[in-house]
Amino acid sequence: MANITKSPWIIHYDGSSCNGCDIEVLACLTPLYDIERFGIINTGNPKHADIFLITGGINYQNVDIVKNTYEQMVDPKVVVAVGICATSGGVFRECYNIMGGVNEVIPVDVYVPGCAVRPEAIIDGVVQALGILEEKRAQLEKEQGGAKK
Amino acid sequence: MINPFIGAILFVILAPLLGGLVAGIDRKVTAHMQGRVGPPVLQPFYDILKLFEKESVVVRPEINFYIFCYLVFLVITGAIFYAGEDILLVIFALTLAHVFLVIAAFASSSPYAHVGAERELLMMMAVEPMLILAAAGMYMTTGSFFVSDIIDHQSMGGGLLVLSIPLLFIGIVYILTIKLRKSPFDISTSHHAHQELVKGLTTEFAGPTLGMYEIAHLYETVFLLGFVWLFFAGAPLLGIVVVAVVYFLEILIDNTNTRAKWQFALRSAWLVALVTGIINLGALVVL
Amino acid sequence: MELLLFLILFPALMGFVFLVFPNNKARDVMVALAALVIIAATVIFFLQNYGAGTVIYEIEPGAVSTAMMAIEVVLALGVLYLAAKYRQWIVGALVVVGTGVALYAETLFTGPEHLNNLFVDEFTLIMAMIIGVIGSLICIFATGYMRDYHGHHKEIADKRKGFFFLLFVFLSAMFGVVFSNNMFWLFFFWEITTLCSFLLIGYAWDEEAQKNAFWALLLNLLGGLGFGATFLYLAFIDPSGDLVMLDSLIAAGPAIAMIPAALIGFAGLAKAAQMPFSSWLLGAMIAPTPVSALLHSSTMVKAGVYVIVRFAPIYDASFVGFLIALVGGFTFLLASGIAISQSNAKRVLAWSTIANLGLIVTCAGIGNAAAVWAAILLIVFHAIAKSLLFLCTGTVEHRIGSRDIEDMGGLISILPKVTIMMIIGIAGMFLAPFGMLISKWAALRAFLDTPYGIVAVILIAFGSAVTLFFWTKWMGKLLQVAWKPEPKREGEVSAAELYSLTTLSAGVIAICLGFPLLSSIVVEPFLEGIYGIGASLGDQNIAIMLMMMVVVFILPLSLIFFRRNPKMIPHYVGGRTETGDMHFAGSMGMQRKVLLSNYYFEGIFGEAKLGKAGNILCTLFIVAIGIVLATGVIA
Repeated sequence: MANITKSPWIIHYDGSSCNGCDIEVLACLTPLYDIERFGIINTGNPKHADIFLITGGINYQNVDIVKNTYEQMVDPKVVVAVGICATSGGVFRECYNIMGGVNEVIPVDVYVPGCAVRPEAIIDGVVQALGILEEKRAQLEKEQGGAKK
Repeated sequence: MINPFIGAILFVILAPLLGGLVAGIDRKVTAHMQGRVGPPVLQPFYDILKLFEKESVVVRPEINFYIFCYLVFLVITGAIFYAGEDILLVIFALTLAHVFLVIAAFASSSPYAHVGAERELLMMMAVEPMLILAAAGMYMTTGSFFVSDIIDHQSMGGGLLVLSIPLLFIGIVYILTIKLRKSPFDISTSHHAHQELVKGLTTEFAGPTLGMYEIAHLYETVFLLGFVWLFFAGAPLLGIVVVAVVYFLEILIDNTNTRAKWQFALRSAWLVALVTGIINLGALVVL
Repeated sequence: MELLLFLILFPALMGFVFLVFPNNKARDVMVALAALVIIAATVIFFLQNYGAGTVIYEIEPGAVSTAMMAIEVVLALGVLYLAAKYRQWIVGALVVVGTGVALYAETLFTGPEHLNNLFVDEFTLIMAMIIGVIGSLICIFATGYMRDYHGHHKEIADKRKGFFFLLFVFLSAMFGVVFSNNMFWLFFFWEITTLCSFLLIGYAWDEEAQKNAFWALLLNLLGGLGFGATFLYLAFIDPSGDLVMLDSLIAAGPAIAMIPAALIGFAGLAKAAQMPFSSWLLGAMIAPTPVSALLHSSTMVKAGVYVIVRFAPIYDASFVGFLIALVGGFTFLLASGIAISQSNAKRVLAWSTIANLGLIVTCAGIGNAAAVWAAILLIVFHAIAKSLLFLCTGTVEHRIGSRDIEDMGGLISILPKVTIMMIIGIAGMFLAPFGMLISKWAALRAFLDTPYGIVAVILIAFGSAVTLFFWTKWMGKLLQVAWKPEPKREGEVSAAELYSLTTLSAGVIAICLGFPLLSSIVVEPFLEGIYGIGASLGDQNIAIMLMMMVVVFILPLSLIFFRRNPKMIPHYVGGRTETGDMHFAGSMGMQRKVLLSNYYFEGIFGEAKLGKAGNILCTLFIVAIGIVLATGVIA
């Protein structure tokens, strides 16, 4: 039943990152790390995605977009904050335009700190997210089963 | 010939399994071509099963209906084909199925899906003449539009179909790239990690809706491979080998080409259909 | 016999009644009643005659012919007056030549008078059904529509009395065309349809309407010369007048009838708006919608293809027939292409009519039994689906104030019933398992069995792909509903309009389900009568088609399941927040509307480009026919 852990599709959003973490996220797709081994696909579409990877902190310009993208995703879904900026704002914390980490706007399930974060850490974070994803799926199934009765 | 109903029923049951395996091998081969390990061969099944585990969320409830119709008519298309019925009817049923898909994309009224829908329509328009001309060539060679007769004609000493309509076969292989949504013609929507225009016409399909779409695509793949096989139906095993080679070729093309513009897709597909059609059918008339 | 005369005379008679009847509710009721009487009479006529084969009705020609001649002269003088008044010298010249030649030719025939002036066979019956039922339904629709029309267009003088007069006379003339065996009579009715359409196209009588009306008149009179030339030729080869009878002419075989067949084919091509004559039908769009519906579906253009299909046995396997098929084939391909580049719904419909008529002409030009089977069914399917589409477009235009397809986005939520009927009509035009596609399919098979058939096959293969594009994008537009749909406005549609639309939609579905029956009781006997063999699609195929049809009707039930408390979220607009009514948060805090537009490909399928190519090509083919006949190379 836990097919969701075998086929987690990702949407990657770059908040106010310096692009260091973004490069590392893309590195995960390269032959060296090849996350497709785990059935992971980087979709560009929130409606298809299960995991929301965000790099960089949240600023006043992109807050609506992060919220909207999150809302567009279909349950069950998890959010992974990649890099120290996404986790807490990092070096940009308390900057005039920065609201802080991703958790200021949407619920975050896994934090992957680092500057820039290493691909191994990202993969590790995603794998941890899979456990949470499965829990959420079971929860959803229970709710829906309950609703049917 | 085997009983038509058996052919149809086998198709309905086995096509998703076979199609899933083909898709899985496709992804594995693609990964190896790129120097990666790639996902497990069963990955397409995981993907589809996962989609049905997700919550059903739609932009408009009708979209589910259209996609369901798409699935049903693709199954019917393949079933008619594998039952050995009229090949023109098969082509028309295929068109009907795709019209439902396009309408589903239109009905989502999203900008990305809309462009995807228009492009899918364009690709249908690009492909249809070739299919009809191939059917015409089959009729002129074997004297029948019925798939079962076309097979019988070949196995009863009529010679392989591909020998009398080789150019049409090449034309079919050309448009197969469009039908299988492979690069350079993955214009309306694409597979896996390829992205453009978000996800083309499938942008607004989520969860089980996308699942139905994916299953339909598996059916379509198996139907299309059957169509290719038909050219070699006189020697079934050779036919299977050719199908494998053709599919490998498609993967190779997929991995070595960048996406083309729709203008090129339309013009080249029509040109191929026109040239192969005129020369090959003309030759059949004259000879 | 009485019923046949009733069908020809009654509509005209009612026309004269409406000419003096005041514009009010009572007249509209009268129109509806008269239309229902015509429908009933046609149906009874059909039921009485369908098994009977060809029946000749004998009528003393003396007084009738004289009366026709007198009317012809009066009408010619009338047109001459108009032509002089509006300085349409070519039209005037054509009238003088056309009428003059016909009158002169009539004096050349010296043989005894022929009695077999009227006839009925299966093809006539089908045409009569199309004219009687669909034409009458359009008249009913017109009562409601014209009331609205004058509400919307205050600047146009209310000439509804004349309008209904013309509609009914038109029906009479069409009945006359299909029942006439005497080609002089056929020509008389033929010219009356030309005149009626001229006056109807010019209904608004402003500058553009005048221009288009005269243009239509000009091209149709030009085509009509084909008849005059036929009469002269026939008088030359056989002054006894035997060959003026349609049945004896066709029975005479290609050796004698080839030249008349080509000449009348020329008249038919003009009337059926084939390239290079297609422009008149486009111009006719200026008329109120019921007129367009009438011209496109049950009358006028159908008279054109009717005579061409009549002569199909003569064209069979001949070079002239092949050239005619090429005119039709290229018209089909290019007109379909042009339809892609149009966003005005009525122009899309007009080009698609021209395209479909092209397909019918191709079938007739190929001329074997299977092709004629396809042609006759095409006439039926096209008539009913196209009239439905025109009437739907007219209804929609009055509700949303536009006939542009781009303005019809999400129409399904605003006018659900009308839109569903429109979709039935569109599906009937191109989709399996509905009507037109069956004929296209049969046509493909028929062409493959003829020597030059592959040219036609290639034309159809590309043409039908193009057809697919413009119909589907229209259908998609109708179904493109915003996340929060606009409210319904259905209540504003008048009862007369809804009645006609519903009946026609039911008709489309009935004919799609019932075509095997139609084929076996009418079309196949007709073909057996001419070719000695019937033609049809295999039973197995029909069974599968019907099965698919059933699936199409069952599938909507799944909506009950899919509609059950669905969770709905808005569209994805690149992450911007979207409101349900298709607005999203743009930059600088602006709300912007999501605008979705279809593809039109002006560069590839532009009207100017393809139209010019088609006109040149088809003119060349027609000239080639002339050369072939003149040099006597009759294959």
